[in-house]
Amino acid sequence: MNSIILRAGTRYLAVLLLVFSLYMLIRGHNEPGGGFIGGLIGSTGFVLYAIACGTADARRALRILPQNIAMAGLGIALLSGIAAAIFGDALFTGQWLFIGETETDKGLPLSTVLIFDIGVYLVVFGSIISLVFAMEEEI
Amino acid sequence: MTDARGNGPVGLVPVAIAAALFLWFLSMIPAIAEGSTLRVAWDWVPSLGIALSFLVDGLSLTFALLISGIGALVLLYSNTYLAGHPQFARFALFLTSFMLAMLGLVLADNLIALFVFWELTTITSYLLIGFGHETEKGRRSALQALFVTGAGALALLAGFILLGFTAGSFELSVILAEGDTLKAHALYLPILILVLAGTFTKSAQFPFHFWLPNAMAAPTPVSAFLHSATMVKAGVYLMARLHPAMAGTDAWFWSLTIAGAFTALFASVLALRQPDLKQALAYTTLMALGTLTLFLGQESGYAITAFATFLVVHSLYKAALFLVVGCIDYSSGTREADILGGLARAMPVTALAAGLAALSMAGFPPFLGFIGKELKYAGALAIGSEPLLVAAALVAANALMLAVAGVVAFRPFWRPARGMLPRTPKEAPWPMLAGPVILAALGALFGLQPDILQIALIDPTVAALLGSTEDAKELKLWAGVNLPLILSVMTVALGLALYVFHRGLRAALARADAAAPNFDRGWDRFLGGLKGFAAWQTRTIQTGVLRRYIFLTFATVLLAIGGTMVLRMPFPAMPDLSDVSWKNVALMLVTIAGAVLTAVTRSRIGAMAALGVVGIGVAMIFIVFGAPDVAITQLLVETLVVVLVAVALLRLPTLDPAGTRQKRRIGDAIMAGLVGLVVTLTLLAVIDTPFDRRLTDYFEVTSWPEAFGRNIVNVILVDFRALDTFGEIAVVVIAALSAYALLRTTTKAKP
Repeated sequence: MNSIILRAGTRYLAVLLLVFSLYMLIRGHNEPGGGFIGGLIGSTGFVLYAIACGTADARRALRILPQNIAMAGLGIALLSGIAAAIFGDALFTGQWLFIGETETDKGLPLSTVLIFDIGVYLVVFGSIISLVFAMEEEI
Repeated sequence: MTDARGNGPVGLVPVAIAAALFLWFLSMIPAIAEGSTLRVAWDWVPSLGIALSFLVDGLSLTFALLISGIGALVLLYSNTYLAGHPQFARFALFLTSFMLAMLGLVLADNLIALFVFWELTTITSYLLIGFGHETEKGRRSALQALFVTGAGALALLAGFILLGFTAGSFELSVILAEGDTLKAHALYLPILILVLAGTFTKSAQFPFHFWLPNAMAAPTPVSAFLHSATMVKAGVYLMARLHPAMAGTDAWFWSLTIAGAFTALFASVLALRQPDLKQALAYTTLMALGTLTLFLGQESGYAITAFATFLVVHSLYKAALFLVVGCIDYSSGTREADILGGLARAMPVTALAAGLAALSMAGFPPFLGFIGKELKYAGALAIGSEPLLVAAALVAANALMLAVAGVVAFRPFWRPARGMLPRTPKEAPWPMLAGPVILAALGALFGLQPDILQIALIDPTVAALLGSTEDAKELKLWAGVNLPLILSVMTVALGLALYVFHRGLRAALARADAAAPNFDRGWDRFLGGLKGFAAWQTRTIQTGVLRRYIFLTFATVLLAIGGTMVLRMPFPAMPDLSDVSWKNVALMLVTIAGAVLTAVTRSRIGAMAALGVVGIGVAMIFIVFGAPDVAITQLLVETLVVVLVAVALLRLPTLDPAGTRQKRRIGDAIMAGLVGLVVTLTLLAVIDTPFDRRLTDYFEVTSWPEAFGRNIVNVILVDFRALDTFGEIAVVVIAALSAYALLRTTTKAKP
C-alpha cells in the first residue's frame, strides 16, 4: 500500500503499540493484560508497519527472524519452568523475589512467573509476525 | 559372509554379557529349588501402582536360564556365522537388546513392566526379522510379525489393565493370590479373551500362526533364538504365569485345549510338506507351541510336569537343530532337503549334534525327548474330558515330528548325495559347533540323569504353577509297561512309516495345501483392503477443497453433539428473558446483523468486515459480563484476522464468479441453521446445570496470597496452569512454523 499519510502515521503508531504492549505485559498479573494480550498488541504494531512500509522494511526494523523470536520465547518459558526444579519445587511452580520488602509493602516483585509471561509474549509475537510476513511476501 | 576374520570385541562383549547372566541365574538355582522366591522392586509410577519389580521363581528362572544360556551360544555362533557382515555391530546390538527385553519379560512382577518388556521384544524382533531388509520378503515378514504381535499386544494391554483393576494391584505376586475372586468376577471372560488374544498372537497359535514361518526370513541364529526358547515362548510364558490365577474354568480349558491341539496337529502336517529345512523346523515349532498351550489348559500334575519338561526339551533340541541347519547352509550353500545328502563324511561333528538332537526330538530313549513324550501322553490321558481324542492328536503330531526329525537331521547327513551342492561342504568352525553340540549333549545328559533337571527346574516350575511340588510327577526313563509306553511304540511305528513314504505324502500335501484357504495370502488381501479403504476415505473426506473440509467438520460436530442431545438429554428449558437489559439486546442485534450481512454479501472484503462485526459483538458481550482479558484477546484476534484475510483477499477472485454459489446456498443455510440451533441448545443446557463454584472459589481465595496476583485469569495462565500454557504456546510455535513452511513451499503460479 502506498500512502504517505499511513506511512508517516505508522512510524509513531507502531512505537506506541510496542510500548503499550510491554505495559500490558507487565501489568498483567494484577490488571487485565498479560503475555498473550501483550504479544497480540505488539504484533499488531509490526503488522501495521509491514502493511504501510512493506515487509522488507519491517524485517529490517525487527532485525531478528520472527521464527527465532518465537522459538526463543518457548525456550525462555521452559527455562522459567525448570528454574522451579532447581529450587526443589515441582516444575513450573512460581519462584518469587521481593526487592526492598518491608512489613507493609512487598517492594519490587520479581518472579519466574513474569519470565514465563515474557516467554508467552515472545511466542505469540514471533508466531503472528512470521505468519503475516510470509503471507505478505507470498502475495 | 564366508569371511573368516572375526568381528573383534564387538562380537565377544554380548557373548560375555549373556554368559555372565547365565551363570548368575545358575547361582540362584539352589535357593529357588528349596522353594523360596526372590523379589526386588523399585518405584516407577507410584501414583498408578506401577513398579519396576522383578520376581524369580521356578517358572521365571527356567525361562531366564534358557534365554541367557541359548542366547550366549547363539551370540557366539552368529559371531562366526555373520563374520565380516558390514552390519554385524547392528545385529549384535539387536540380538542383545532382544535377549535383555526377553529376560525382563520373564522376570517382571508388575503387569505394566511386563507389558513394556513385551513390546520391547516385539520391536527388537521386528528389527531382527527384518535384518535382511534389502529383500522384499524380509521387509514383508518383519512387518507381518510386527502387525500381528503388535495388534495382539494392544489387546493384551487392555486385558492387563482390566486384570489390574479387578485384582486391585498390578503386581503379579498379588494377582496370583486373588485367583478365586478373579474367576468369579464378571470381567473374567473379557480379561481372558484379551489376554489370550495377546498370547495366541505372540505364540503363533492358529489362526494367527502364519507370521512364524515367514519370520524365517531372518538370519538362522535369529530363528534359533527367537523360535526355540524366546519370542514365541513369551505367550506360553504368560499363560503359564497367569495359570494359578486364571486356569480351572471351562473357558480357559476349552480355548487352550482346542487352539493348542489344533495348532499342534495342523502344524505337524504342514511341517512334513516343506522342502526347506528351516521352514520344516518352523512348523515343528508351531507344533511345540500348540502342545505347550494344550497342557497349560489343565491343572493336573501330569499335564503341568509335561509342560515344564517339554518346554526344556523343545528349547534344547530346537535351538540345536536350527543351528545345525545354519551350519549346513553355511558350509554347503543350500537348505533344500531334496538336494542335500552325504554330509556326514564332511561334517562329522555337525552330524553327531544333529543326530543327538533329532533323536531327542523324535522321542527315542534314552533322550530327554523320550521322557518328555511319555509325560505328554500321561498328561493327555489325565485330561478330564476327551482324553483319548487329545492323546490321538498327540500321537499323530509326534509321529509327524519323528518323520520331520528324520528329514531335517538324518537324511542330509547319511543318505547318498543327490546332485551338486553349491559349495563343497566342510566342517563349520568351532564357535558354530559349540552351540549345537552343547545343547544336543544336554538333551542326552538330562535323559540319562533326569534327577538333575527335576530338582533344579521342573519341580520349582510345577510349584510356581500349582502351588506345591507334591503334584510334580517323577521324570524317569523306564516307567514300566503302561499306556504311554504303548502309545510311544505306536508313535515310532507310525513315524517311521511316514518317514519312508514322506516324498509321496509331501506331493499330496502340497496339492491339498494349495486347495485349502491360505492365511498368508489372506493377510495380503486384508492389508490390501485396508489400504484401499484408507485411500477411499482420504479421497472422500480429504478432498483438498476448503469448503468441503469445513462442511464435514461442522457436520461431524452436528451429528456428535446434536445426536447426543436427541438421544440422551431432556430438552433444556427456556430461561427467563424478562430482565434482559437494553444494552444486551442492542449488542445481540449488532452481532446478528453482522452475521446476516456476512451471509448475504457478494464482496469478500464486505463479508470479512461483517464477520469482524460479529467478533467485536462477541467481545463486547465479554466486556458486559466482566471478562476484560477475554474481551481484549478476542478484539485483538479479530483485528489480526481481518488484516490477515485482507492481505490474502487481494489475490482472490470475487465471490461467486460463475454463479455456482446459488445452488449450494440452500444446503449451506440448512447446515448453518442446524449448527446454530445445536449450539444454542447446548448453551441453554449448560446454563440449566447448577454452576460448580469449587474451582472458582479456590482460585479467588488463593490467587493473591499464594500466587501474588490479582488478575485471576492471568495467574491461572502463568502460575496455576503454567504447564498447560506451556503446551499451548508450543502448539502456537509449531503451527506458525508449519504454516510458514507451507506458505514458502507453494510455488507461485507463473503469469
